[in-house]
Amino acid sequence: MIHSLFLVNASGDIFLEKHWKSVVSRSVCDYFFEAQERATEPENVPPVIPTPHHYLISVLRHRIYFVAVIQSEVPPLFVIEFLHRVVDTFQDYFGVCTEAAIKDNVVVVYELLEEMLDNGFPLATESNILKELIKPPTILRTMVNTITGSTNVGEQLPTGQLSVVPWRRTGVKYTNNEAYFDVVEEIDAIIDKSGSTITAEIQGVIDACVKLTGMPDLTLSFMNPRLLDDVSFHPCVRFKRWEAERILSFIPPDGNFRLLSYHVSSQNLVAIPVYVKHNITFREGSSQGRFDLTLGPKQTMGKAVESVLVSSQLPRGVLNANLNPSQGTYTFDPVTKLLSWDVGKINPQKLPSLKGTMSLQAGASKPDENPTINIQFKIQQMAISGLKVNRLDMYGEKYKPFKGIKYMTKAGKSVLQRMHIVNCK
Amino acid sequence: GQHLNLISHLRNLKEMLESSKESLKLEAMKRIVGLIAKGKNASELFPAVVKNVASKNIELKKLVYVYLVRYAEEQQDLALLSISTFQRALKDPNQFIRASALRVLSSIRVPIIVPIMMLAIKEAAADLSPYVRKTSAHAIQKLFSLDADQKEQLIEVIEKLLKDKSTLVAGSVVMAFEEVCPDRIDLIHKNYRKLCNLLVDVEEWGQVVIISMLTRYARTQFTSPWKEVRGQSGEVMKAFYESDSEEKKGHTEEKPYIMDPDHRLLLRNTKPLLQSRNTAVVMSVAQLYWHLAPKHEVSIVTKSLVRLLRSHREVQYIVLQNIATMSIQRKGMFEPFMKSFYVRSTDATHIKTLKLEILTNLANEANISTILREFQTYVKSQDKAFAAATIQAIGRCATNISEVTDTCLNGLVLLLSNRDETVVAESVVVIKKLLQTQPTQHSEIIKHMAKLFDNITVPMARASILWLIGEYCERVPKIAPDVLRKMAKSFTAEEDIVKLQTVNLAAKLYLTNSKQTKLLTQYILNLGKYDQNYDIRDRTRFIRQLIVPSEKSGALNKYARRILLAPKPAPVLESSFKDRDRFQLGTLSHSLNSKATGYQELSDWPAVAPDQSVRNVEIIEASGSDSEEESSESEKTSSDSGKSSSGSEQSSSESELEQKKKKKTKKVPQKKSKPTAADRYSEIPAVCWSLRVTTSSFGPVKTYELLHHMTGKGLAAKYHFPRQPCLYQPSMVAVQVILSNSSDHSLEEIHIGDRSPASLSIHCFNTIERLEPEASVTVSMGIDFSDSTQAANFQLCTKEDQFSVSIQPAVGELLMPSSMTEQDFCKEQGKLQGMNETSATITMETANASSQAISKQVLSVANVGVVSSSQNNFSRFAGRTVSSGALVLVSLELKESSTALLTINTEKTVMASMLLRDIKQALTQA
Repeated sequence: MIHSLFLVNASGDIFLEKHWKSVVSRSVCDYFFEAQERATEPENVPPVIPTPHHYLISVLRHRIYFVAVIQSEVPPLFVIEFLHRVVDTFQDYFGVCTEAAIKDNVVVVYELLEEMLDNGFPLATESNILKELIKPPTILRTMVNTITGSTNVGEQLPTGQLSVVPWRRTGVKYTNNEAYFDVVEEIDAIIDKSGSTITAEIQGVIDACVKLTGMPDLTLSFMNPRLLDDVSFHPCVRFKRWEAERILSFIPPDGNFRLLSYHVSSQNLVAIPVYVKHNITFREGSSQGRFDLTLGPKQTMGKAVESVLVSSQLPRGVLNANLNPSQGTYTFDPVTKLLSWDVGKINPQKLPSLKGTMSLQAGASKPDENPTINIQFKIQQMAISGLKVNRLDMYGEKYKPFKGIKYMTKAGKSVLQRMHIVNCK
Repeated sequence: GQHLNLISHLRNLKEMLESSKESLKLEAMKRIVGLIAKGKNASELFPAVVKNVASKNIELKKLVYVYLVRYAEEQQDLALLSISTFQRALKDPNQFIRASALRVLSSIRVPIIVPIMMLAIKEAAADLSPYVRKTSAHAIQKLFSLDADQKEQLIEVIEKLLKDKSTLVAGSVVMAFEEVCPDRIDLIHKNYRKLCNLLVDVEEWGQVVIISMLTRYARTQFTSPWKEVRGQSGEVMKAFYESDSEEKKGHTEEKPYIMDPDHRLLLRNTKPLLQSRNTAVVMSVAQLYWHLAPKHEVSIVTKSLVRLLRSHREVQYIVLQNIATMSIQRKGMFEPFMKSFYVRSTDATHIKTLKLEILTNLANEANISTILREFQTYVKSQDKAFAAATIQAIGRCATNISEVTDTCLNGLVLLLSNRDETVVAESVVVIKKLLQTQPTQHSEIIKHMAKLFDNITVPMARASILWLIGEYCERVPKIAPDVLRKMAKSFTAEEDIVKLQTVNLAAKLYLTNSKQTKLLTQYILNLGKYDQNYDIRDRTRFIRQLIVPSEKSGALNKYARRILLAPKPAPVLESSFKDRDRFQLGTLSHSLNSKATGYQELSDWPAVAPDQSVRNVEIIEASGSDSEEESSESEKTSSDSGKSSSGSEQSSSESELEQKKKKKTKKVPQKKSKPTAADRYSEIPAVCWSLRVTTSSFGPVKTYELLHHMTGKGLAAKYHFPRQPCLYQPSMVAVQVILSNSSDHSLEEIHIGDRSPASLSIHCFNTIERLEPEASVTVSMGIDFSDSTQAANFQLCTKEDQFSVSIQPAVGELLMPSSMTEQDFCKEQGKLQGMNETSATITMETANASSQAISKQVLSVANVGVVSSSQNNFSRFAGRTVSSGALVLVSLELKESSTALLTINTEKTVMASMLLRDIKQALTQA
């Protein structure tokens, strides 16, 4: 299926190649570079590119293109999903997935890729199994290895691959047994210029960090499972149990994993916790425009809105902006026309605002395109959908684990407010 | 310089490899792998590296493998030196070492070792370890790509591995099947049901491959569940039976579509995978439903597909492409999720275009105003290419929905005064297309465009305006010649497409208004004659011959007007995804809209289903359970594995031996290696058993008569208990009723009337409007018997008559199986002592003495679940009453000379004695 993999950085250099079948010349990437040149933005490179003898399927993560070479029909999502899994694994192993990290750990990378695919077909993609095969590098281990010449390849062979629970390694032992669950909800929304919501949805995940000895069997129940409209599970979750009782029952993998992602039905009204008031005016016969932006909190159940960041692509005609933030700092890039304002925390008593003037290019016509504002924020200790975990029970082991749960709400990929520019006569 | 560097570097590495220190060797190998990763050539180190292939250090060995696989093709002779090491490792007692030896051996692409590989694959395919068998399935593909002549032998191995019951092997062997012999559909028949049942437990990548293969399989084996296609097949049938009697012909046509149970099995078993975290799995289930499910069931995939849109950009791209294709045929599937396709300014360009495409496909009379409002904001987007695409989309909406054509046209005309040139140009092009589809008067718009003409510089837009003026020159008689005059002035400076349209305009005006434009036309034709572009010179020459009469021009001249000013068909504005459904959804070919190498065509439904019995599996097992009962088989397996795991440690080595023995006799599959869902579930501790209900149905289903056709005036009814949980209400017992019409006229409005006792709660089936003669229909109903065997009396009515009928349930049908472990069983039994215990000693028929026979007999009487038992002389069964959920525990202790102690523990003492009687009866008679 997957013939070869090339890693390409932002400047178009191949810095790693791996082949699972016969070697494919790296010149095949020329077709990719062509597409890369044509694309105005790095994201605009098409994910599937046909060439005379091969097909290139690529993903872009952390400013690195992972380009897979395919020779015959295969579901493209199969390859894409696998490539993302590779990136996730690298991130899991090295903390970051950058060109430098990959180059520094090239041997581990190679060993990983060797285990993840056999003849182009995925073999071991579970993080727990891989970690038994190849130990992740740590500073201490790297030092020990260089001194003693020992290895980072697991001496033991993975038993998990054969067991009924292939995602969990065997013989797990901890002195402190703990299980942490993070409920993280992300809001994506489009808001029209008058401030009313056009579309909004909540996507949530429950990320777990489980460090429990032995083979614990957990059940997690919710106060209000009806909220969950559409769910997808880690393979460890027993689907039938969920269907019958709306309870998550599972033998967890060891360490970090995503237990569940869910979607909160769009029928439920989604309250956006932040509002933006804007007023942008250009006057006929003047090269100056007024800019006025105010932020405020909305329905946050008393929780503070933090890490607020507002960014907007101003019209092309704008030459410069001279603004005055009531709090935080702002930057305006005159080349890309990107305005970004790092607001910080919103104080409901004193609403943050950004006011001032914009100068237009002399003689330029008044902008007739409407920019959008992208808002980012975080709210701790609150799940905006109202989802609440009821209880967590453990079976199969005798000890008493520590159980922790955390909630957070943040803006997703885009909470977009459409703006309106007023051109006065 | 760099090259020299590399050479000295390689020399260094060679020295390191030849040293006696393990750590130096390892370090050298690490650096070599670094070189390979960078794409540098390190092949000259081959002899030094290959020596370390048998190293004791695992990491060193692995890195040598990496090197070997990379360069063996180039250094074939030297690579052969390593082969014996792998051959030895193939016999290693450790399964992982065997597997990795086979993995590397089969990855060495050296033709000379083909026979060795073949042998190794055959041996590994019969290995006891499923992991090694999985590796052999992978090796099949490698060998096939190295030497396609081995195909026949490899197919034999595939055939063997397809029979494997391990979930570990299933995905890999199907992958091998797809690569080596995708056309040998006959190999799948016997394994079809097994694959369907294993699917949930196969690893995610294997799931994708299996689902895609089963989609193809199903399209060759089942008849279409789609009505319109059935009509066609009905015609085929008619032609086939033409010589037969009238009566029979009519009969065949009326025969209702009944889905093959195997078809249903596939749909049912893939559905839970829509919840997979793997986007490829979700997509493959979605395409399976699209290609195989009845139309009204396809929409269950919508939500999951929309969920995928929240994933990575690349995932979005592929999913949106597939939704675009789906939304053309099935607007309704995605219309409720329309807002999920609203474009965000942060989307990548190709995502935006796809969303636009989908929104346009979804547009209908009801939602068009919402969509157009949304489009208006897109037109003002800062991304001008996207704004232009939006204008095209508006054009498509305008032609598809006639109500809004005028609104759209007006909106587009307003855009003509936009400051951005691409927006204006695109608007002109779209307006041109719209005007063509609108034969009504639009001279105002044309006049407006003519006015703007001077300010428009985009060639395509200028050409479009010229064409419009030429085509409708009689509607704008004053303006057209003036535009031509202007064009004559600027002709030489124009782009080629504009020149061509100028020549066209001149020709059309010459034919309609030669008085004013004769000179202008001649001037333009002269300019065109000497143009640099040969297309324009050709066109000019052609036009001149056509319109200007001369001796040479001949007959065509007369028809010039009819040729140039013929009414032209309007261009059809349609989706670029219109014909994409010729490709199977989710495939690379669909994504590219062209056939990719190795694409397997999805066949059309057969008009007549091929023989269904090919999928029946022969009874190989000694147990003698019904071959069709896959579920019963897995049930048994789980009980067995439960036994082996709860058994003492020493038995594990024993069971290996035992397995070897069994393997030879081929009687019992390797049960240990089969982690079915049931296996996984049986490990859940006591607290949760109460809610798990197994839905196994054993033995032949007994059918009872509800209404004889003599008493029912032609209407006959039979019923049986399908032993499924009732869908309508959990406290009800599911009953299936087969109604058939044996009269010579059709029966109408069959429904359920009065019932007694009046409090009896029944979930009735929907009224059957019409039942043709000779036809029969199966309906299901639910009855709450309140845990008593009192008959449910009700009236079965037709339009004319009413018949009193009654359903008297056997006590065993009032139960639902409940699965629990042996310990839990004993614990619960302990709680139900004294009054709650009923027992009897029975003498069994000798044929019933085995525990399998006991299970069969007990399950035929009562709907209970088998509790896996560690003692041979004990059989235990657990169930709950359907209505109140009270526990019913049945245990049977075998004593000497085929006597047994039958005990029933339940708080429902009346039921207990009845159940005791029934079971006793079943066990004492042959």
